[in-house]
Amino acid sequence: MVDILIAVAIVSGLGLLFGVGLSYAAKVFEVEVDERVVQVREALPGANCGACGFTGCDGYAAAVVEGQVETNGCPVGGNNVAQQIAAIMGVEPGKIKRTAARVLCNGRSSVSNEKYDYQGINSCVAASQLFSGHKACSYGCLGHGDCVAACQFDAITITGGIARVIEDRCRACGMCVLACPKGLIELIDKTKKYSVMCKSADKGAVTKSNCQVGCIGCMRCIKVCEHDAIHMDGTLAKIDYDKCTNCSQCSKVCPTMAIRVMDFGE
Amino acid sequence: MLQSILITFISAVFIDNFVVVKFLGICPFLGVSKRVKTAVGMGVAVIFVMGLASAVTWAVQSLVLDRLGLEYLQTLTFILVIAALVQLVEMVLQKTSQALYKALGIYLPLITTNCAVLGVCILNIEANHNFLISVLNGIFSGVGFTLAIVLFAGIRERLETAEVPKCLEGFPISLISASLVSLAFLGFQGLLK
Repeated sequence: MVDILIAVAIVSGLGLLFGVGLSYAAKVFEVEVDERVVQVREALPGANCGACGFTGCDGYAAAVVEGQVETNGCPVGGNNVAQQIAAIMGVEPGKIKRTAARVLCNGRSSVSNEKYDYQGINSCVAASQLFSGHKACSYGCLGHGDCVAACQFDAITITGGIARVIEDRCRACGMCVLACPKGLIELIDKTKKYSVMCKSADKGAVTKSNCQVGCIGCMRCIKVCEHDAIHMDGTLAKIDYDKCTNCSQCSKVCPTMAIRVMDFGE
Repeated sequence: MLQSILITFISAVFIDNFVVVKFLGICPFLGVSKRVKTAVGMGVAVIFVMGLASAVTWAVQSLVLDRLGLEYLQTLTFILVIAALVQLVEMVLQKTSQALYKALGIYLPLITTNCAVLGVCILNIEANHNFLISVLNGIFSGVGFTLAIVLFAGIRERLETAEVPKCLEGFPISLISASLVSLAFLGFQGLLK
């Protein structure tokens, strides 16, 4: 018993000694930290996701106070946090466009063809190394969930063989965009409901033979759009989200249903 | 006396180099070796911590632990000592050189868990070194660490402009280079009898 007490006393005594020494050293070597950095850091959500382009919330907070970046650089925190930071910095808050990730492929297993039966590692990157993946369409979502693994907010699920974003949960950090080997995921204005859900650069006939719901470049949506919001981009129709008014005309005329209402709430 | 100091120096820096021969302290060796300048900064910090830690742990061991028969507390107390010293180094660096402090980043507090520092303290005790040789061994081991990391940083700076096969880019080629540096250091084996 006494042995244990001596051991405890020695270790805590040493700890106390070092503690006192360090607190004295902290006084001697004190560095003045701008208190706004601490305040900004506290206002941030603390997800350390890196969406702002810095290594974490600490890095962003320091950069804001140094005036390198705008106060609305945190997509996770949104307008609320941007306002708080602007208040701390004493500047006008800039608006944040609320975006969400969208997986631009509708080719569920039931409507798209397969090239071969893939039995390898359960990863899109691995699968895409093998003849650009098991989907007949070499641009389509492979559904192994590299984006699901990349998402810190649990906002992506694999449904029907393709990845779907639950937009209510998406914080637009952009990690999934980087994770997708097919480059299918884009951050799109949350209020815009219509997207061309296809990234195939194949000709229309090839796309059609690979997948029932791909964009075949028929240009019907372009003709019907009253707002000049849709144009051809290579073989694909492309919606200009700044001009789109959610009027739904394009979705109605699309023969392959490649333009669909986005409603992936919980 | 002078002879034993010289032997300590040669064996700590070349023959038993902590990083490339004993393979201790690999984490900062790979982490902070992108630029020669930060590598030197890291090396100096490690020399400082190793030297001081050797002195303090020698004192703690011989004055406290040995007398009370508490040798089993060695690892615990040594880590306590090292952690406190690293904290001190961090404060001093933050005050004196912001640029170096930022460049070292997370690797500075990680010296705490750098097994090379704990390793040198424990090996000092095991080898029954006296106080002077213990401290010198600590400092020289730090010099060995610095030598290895600076050499390696030089190689990595060259590697940036070299054409590396795609599959080996980044860490793989660094590890291969590290193994070659290690092989080179093995040439010193048998220098002292």
